[in-house]
Amino acid sequence: MADPKLVAELEEKAKMIRRNIVEMIGDTRRGHLGGSLSIADIVAVLYYHTMRLRPGDPSWEDRDRFLLSKGHAALAQYAALIDLGYIPKEELYKLKDLGSMTQGHPDMRKTPGIEAGTGSLGQGLSVAVGMALGLRLAGKDSKVYVIVGDGELNEGQIWEAAMAAAHYEVDNLVAFLDYNGLQATGCCAETMRTEPLPEKWAAFGWHVINIDGHDIGQILDALDEAAAVREKPVMIVAKTVKGKGVSFAENVAGFHHGEMTTEQYKQALAELA
Amino acid sequence: MAGKLEMRECYGQALVEAGRENERIVLLEADLRKSTMGELFRQEFPERLFEVGIAEQNMIGMAAGFALTGWIAVASSFAVFASGRAFEQIRQSVALPRLNVKIGGSSAGLTDTGDGATHQSIADLAIMRALPNMTVLSPADGIEMKGAVKAMLEVDGPVYIRVGRIAAPTLYDEDYKFELGKIVVMRPGKDVTLAATGTMVHVALEAAELLAKDGIDARVLNVHTIKPLDEEAILAAARETAGIVTVEEHNIIGGLGSAVAEVVSAAGGGPVVRVGVEDVFGQSANSYEELLAAYGLTPANVRAKAQSLLQRA
Repeated sequence: MADPKLVAELEEKAKMIRRNIVEMIGDTRRGHLGGSLSIADIVAVLYYHTMRLRPGDPSWEDRDRFLLSKGHAALAQYAALIDLGYIPKEELYKLKDLGSMTQGHPDMRKTPGIEAGTGSLGQGLSVAVGMALGLRLAGKDSKVYVIVGDGELNEGQIWEAAMAAAHYEVDNLVAFLDYNGLQATGCCAETMRTEPLPEKWAAFGWHVINIDGHDIGQILDALDEAAAVREKPVMIVAKTVKGKGVSFAENVAGFHHGEMTTEQYKQALAELA
Repeated sequence: MAGKLEMRECYGQALVEAGRENERIVLLEADLRKSTMGELFRQEFPERLFEVGIAEQNMIGMAAGFALTGWIAVASSFAVFASGRAFEQIRQSVALPRLNVKIGGSSAGLTDTGDGATHQSIADLAIMRALPNMTVLSPADGIEMKGAVKAMLEVDGPVYIRVGRIAAPTLYDEDYKFELGKIVVMRPGKDVTLAATGTMVHVALEAAELLAKDGIDARVLNVHTIKPLDEEAILAAARETAGIVTVEEHNIIGGLGSAVAEVVSAAGGGPVVRVGVEDVFGQSANSYEELLAAYGLTPANVRAKAQSLLQRA
């Protein structure tokens, strides 16, 4: 069981990430609110507890790697990177501005702390598998963490990567499935049925752990379990709520890429105070 | 000189030689390594060969991951799949982040003769050339293939290299030095220019011989680097001769001919006539030569195109 003090600290970090996400979009922009909020707790645990990082040295060789295969949720990663000092604070208010570090999708050539170019769905898991194998071949003990969206599982390439990770027994790779049940157009189940998901990953040869993706204690325990798994990649299937933490956005597909009114913006910040 | 060398064997051998000198090279293959000749690399460096199965999209993504962890990642497959099936992965995961991934497009052009239209690659130069950050190579013979492979591994960024499935007439000596981005003048000439790429260079050279018998002095250029294009040599040819005939085993849309026409027209114009596959898909044939003849990739057709260019000039 995770230490309650640690859990409480990480819950605060997750709340800070959510506040940053809301501030980034503000009441003047459109942004990927829902899918960024749904991964905030996972991002908090990875950046503030699990990953081996040196924020002052983004290209430190022995760092762990974090990739968002669902690149549109970059706001959650930017929030952590801004708080940790990878990205200057003022970038918080420059989301998608011309020349900004906070591009619509993560761009490793523009933003310190971003490890790859993702955003075209279905590609990040393959890159993560290659990274994990590259690290293993180089004799490094760094780990690769990747978050995959459930809508993204419509892409065939995801399953190519799933096969390769199991075939090569890549055990320095931990993937999270942001299992929020919604994609751009609406319910995943109505758009393209991909269930049963935990079973599919298990059938592809992955070690599967099912958790509540908003329960910090469960995320910590799952990562502990993952660290002990050998000769298999790990998929942590994290049940989440799209828009989590902002009541009017929760489970609303429209906030996949939405716009808040000034009233909604104020309300969101109040809820995350 | 003289004789023939298998292009794909030279590709595979060059990777092995590079692998001996540089331990940072890994090779990814998509169940075609016995055709691409990546198998040679596997035999010597099994730990640095990653077979991904019939999954080109994942292969390119994994190559990006290797590049991101400090490796020079080479990924080979048939040109039509490497450039086409995985186009968006090359665009997003490799070219945009400018990663050190090299893509070997094997059985390129019409060289997969028997397999027909599905396996013949006539658009790879066009689509790879259209990507920012991408270098595009198309060597003319086995010797140049080895030099081009060596050079591509020294580029810090994405490279696409075209590899034919043929034994191509050898044009160069063993001491030939490949210079990326620099057109080779294979034959000087003042009347007309034949600018060719890949194994069409020898076709252009034969066409120049035919033209010489007609009293026409043809310059022959080997454009082994499609991108970045040696604009200086192209513009010199446009200025100093009556016009340029491009020759490529590729659609006349988007490849060498288009690249040359873009440069020439931007500089004020001059005739550019394109010899290539004329915007149709290929087909099966029992011999490669028969297929080249069917699509006009012959010395006789190049000669005829040069003559008609001179007549209207």
